[in-house]
Amino acid sequence: MDLSYFFELFLGGMTRGSIYALIALGYTMVYGIIKLINFAHGEIYMIGAFTALIISSVLGFTGMNSILILVISGVLAIFFSAAYGATMEKIAYKPLRQAPRLSALISAIGMSMFLQNYVLLAQTPDFLPFPALIPDFKFLKPIEKILSSTQLVILVTTAVVMILLTILIKFTRTGKAMRATSQDAKMAQLLGININRVITITFIIGSATAAIGGVLISSHTGQLNYYIGFIAGIKAFVAAVLGGIGSIPGAVLGSFVLGWTESFGTGYVSSDYEDVFAFIFLLIILIFRPSGILGRSQNDKV
Amino acid sequence: MAPILETKNLTMDFGGLRAVDNINFQVNEGEIVALIGPNGAGKTTFFNCITGVYKPTGGDIYIAPEGEKTERINGLKPNVVTEKGLARTFQNIRLFQNMTVLENVMIGRHCRLSAGLLGAIFRTKATVAEEKKVVDDSYEILEEIGLTDYANEFAKNLPYGAQRRLEIARAMATDPFLLLLDEPAAGMNPQETKELDEMILHIRKNNKISILLIEHDMSLVMSVSEKIFVVDYGKLIAEGTPDEIKKNPEVIKAYLGDETDA
Amino acid sequence: MSNLMKYFSLKEIKKSLVMTLWFMILTFPIMVIKVNTIENTVIWRWGYLAVIAVGSFILSTLWRYMMERKSLQAGNESKISLQQKLRELGEKNPRLKRGALAAVIVLVVAYPFATSMYQTGIMTTALMYVVLGLGLNIVVGLGGLLHLGYAAFYAVGAYTYALLHVHFGIGFWVSLPIGAGLATILGILIAIPVLRLRGDYLAIVTLGFGEIVRIILENWNDFSFGPSGIANIPRPTLFGIHFKLQQASVFIYFIMVALVVFTIFIVRRLENSRMGRAWIAMREDEIASQSMGINITKTKVMTFAIGAFWAGMIGVVFAAKTTFINPASFTLWESVIILCIVVIGGMGSIFGVVVGAGILILLPEYLRAFSQYRMLLFGAILVLMMVFRPGGIVTNVRKVYRIDKDKTGEAE
Ligand SMILES: Nc1ncnc2c1ncn2[C@@H]1O[C@H](COP(=O)(O)OP(=O)(O)OP(=O)(O)O)[C@@H](O)[C@H]1O
Ligand SMILES: [Mg+2]
Repeated sequence: MDLSYFFELFLGGMTRGSIYALIALGYTMVYGIIKLINFAHGEIYMIGAFTALIISSVLGFTGMNSILILVISGVLAIFFSAAYGATMEKIAYKPLRQAPRLSALISAIGMSMFLQNYVLLAQTPDFLPFPALIPDFKFLKPIEKILSSTQLVILVTTAVVMILLTILIKFTRTGKAMRATSQDAKMAQLLGININRVITITFIIGSATAAIGGVLISSHTGQLNYYIGFIAGIKAFVAAVLGGIGSIPGAVLGSFVLGWTESFGTGYVSSDYEDVFAFIFLLIILIFRPSGILGRSQNDKV
Repeated sequence: MAPILETKNLTMDFGGLRAVDNINFQVNEGEIVALIGPNGAGKTTFFNCITGVYKPTGGDIYIAPEGEKTERINGLKPNVVTEKGLARTFQNIRLFQNMTVLENVMIGRHCRLSAGLLGAIFRTKATVAEEKKVVDDSYEILEEIGLTDYANEFAKNLPYGAQRRLEIARAMATDPFLLLLDEPAAGMNPQETKELDEMILHIRKNNKISILLIEHDMSLVMSVSEKIFVVDYGKLIAEGTPDEIKKNPEVIKAYLGDETDA
Repeated sequence: MSNLMKYFSLKEIKKSLVMTLWFMILTFPIMVIKVNTIENTVIWRWGYLAVIAVGSFILSTLWRYMMERKSLQAGNESKISLQQKLRELGEKNPRLKRGALAAVIVLVVAYPFATSMYQTGIMTTALMYVVLGLGLNIVVGLGGLLHLGYAAFYAVGAYTYALLHVHFGIGFWVSLPIGAGLATILGILIAIPVLRLRGDYLAIVTLGFGEIVRIILENWNDFSFGPSGIANIPRPTLFGIHFKLQQASVFIYFIMVALVVFTIFIVRRLENSRMGRAWIAMREDEIASQSMGINITKTKVMTFAIGAFWAGMIGVVFAAKTTFINPASFTLWESVIILCIVVIGGMGSIFGVVVGAGILILLPEYLRAFSQYRMLLFGAILVLMMVFRPGGIVTNVRKVYRIDKDKTGEAE
């Protein structure tokens, strides 16, 4: 077998996996706290990418240095995604905390449709080219077929985000409040934790990491449209379930497993069915191990 | 004669927590038995194991309805357990909120009926007769429990006490030989509790069934039950008649200890 | 109404202004800036910012007013639904009821002759969505299972007819039951693996299932002719008579009228049967219904299978109506539109689904100007509906049972 092709697929899968992980975190954190699948999460990712595209294009015309553009548009993308995430929670989910699960899910689907069409109508249905902002690293020249600069940036950024997030959740007061809320929201509230604040922060963090994912993947693929959030969102969700929804390390692991499956699947089997792999994977995992790889099985309290 | 319900070393673990710990327990025919214990003692979990909502991690559950062979029912689905003649209510009321009171009771009759898809579409004679009978039977149960005034009201619009009674009516409709009530008096005022007391005795007499009751209201427990089991931290710490239990030092300690904790 | 005045107080206006500012910032990049990446120019659309400002000021005030009203109403649940009002009206005046029924029948029969072929086509589409909505309503509205892959069953019906025609020359009337039957079987097959899943997983898995079916249809050229689809599917015939285009569209219209009547008839009987009650109990509380002796496995499979039946049937009609099908007609958004019909009309209510289909399918057709905003509005309406009126436009009412007077002496 061709070893370099194998490595190319391996690293390609890892890159995909990193992006899925950045999105999957939002799903898993929100699910952990309010037990809702936020269908519109993929749209937040798309809005992050779109914002970055708009800002970087505007700045690009001024002839600014591309690294600076990357930083500014990245930061603004994170800001706007987080703002959209928090606003969405206030409008579509907060009023439904006591409502049946089905209502919140339908509301989430509605939000997803709304945001997709909002961007479609306000901007364009067509694919737009995303400016190449990440420079080519000289030292990667010998292996550029296997690992591109963008891929390296994606892998490193993801690793840094994961480490920061772990620190946040393990060691800060906010992190502790989040963990307490996800274990038992009622109890946490009795103990004086401000649930509304925790939920808002969760949405903000989840949206911010999704925005990072959006900017990175668009730099990698070089284009985007209003629909990119949907498929990526679904796949990230699959990754979150794969790892065990509610578990943050699980989301990361699940994302890499899914990334590799897709990469090797399209590389060695067939590229027509790229999107099918994720769904078949999901079906298998849900049937045989519904709690995911790292999730704990749970009895609903009766 | 064999007890109609018996558990042997029944155990239920949740991860590291042992909520039910090696409980041996019996209900004999026609008895009203109470299961008491401090909050979090594992009473509801015990019910959930018996009725198939949880699959116990250890031990055995046997039933022996009148005139039938003893049968082990561990791990059967809740609906199968109900078909076999155990019916329950829920501590945290779980009515079908957007169905009428009468329909709630009709759901209880479900497993005793047989109408299928084609019967419903073609309105066969058998189906029509069965539907008429289920309405009449359900209405009769509402009469017995005193809920006829609300028959066509949505369950969610009922006052709290009436919701608790509807839970009982719905369970009765499954035609059980043993009725399991999880804190039926919780949230009721003294007047309602007194009526409940009479109702429980009446149900047993009228339907010739046995009753297993979880309850925190001691006056109710002492007045209706013939036998009491006490659990604490998942373990059975005492069993006996109401008089024996009142004097049992272990029980007093469990309850007082509980109070000083609080 | 008097408390509406309070929204003109300084404090409330300030609140609205803060929200307005927030939304102006929020929507700034996407609404105001538009880059042309080919000519490298930027268009600043300040007009949109003004629209957003005015819009969010009004909407945020309205939002708070509605929220307050909702929390006031939470206590008294005695809202009487539209359906109940109509029912009572009908009971009081049987003549009015008969008259209304007769008027509806005359209207329905006269419609294709009084209007153009184009109008008839639109109405036929609306009727198709009524049946699709009623089918999905069994799964979502009555069974409480969020199903996002419903279009897959619709596709099965359409491809059944198309492929049976291409390979064996089989006609519409034979394909109709076969399409419905195959969809039912597929409904059972998909139900079995997803049975153990909780509500939200079910939504994703059914979505995935729908996408898998579509992707297979797109890529398996030997079987489905791929993205280019299948053309020249014959329109329905009557006892071997082939109609001209104009007549055929009228004929399909009447086929749809008959199918709608047929569907309503069956669904009405089912929803008040032993099985229908079990569906609703499952929706209300899965654990309690299981503890009351309902076999959840069987009940879920039933809802999926029966729901799929109608989609399969309408799929066949769709293929016959358009004479051309390809996988693009069966995307996720098709499933979502059908879901919107059910949710907006009123979950669990037959009349609601009819109203929902009427609004969602006919309005965008007649208000062409806003048809591009259709999905945007549907999305917004789904959210608003869930927040302010979860029961839909027509809240469902349950059957009122009357008890024999002589038996109880106190029946109503
Ligand atoms: N599904 C579950 N998962 C994990 N722990 C559980 C579960 N159900 C119950 N427990 C735990 O088991 C213990 C016993 O709970 P249970 O509800 O049986 O108590 P109880 O005796 O009914 O109390 P109460 O009088 O308050 O109703 C508690 O510590 C509870 O937290
Ligand atoms: Mg309890």
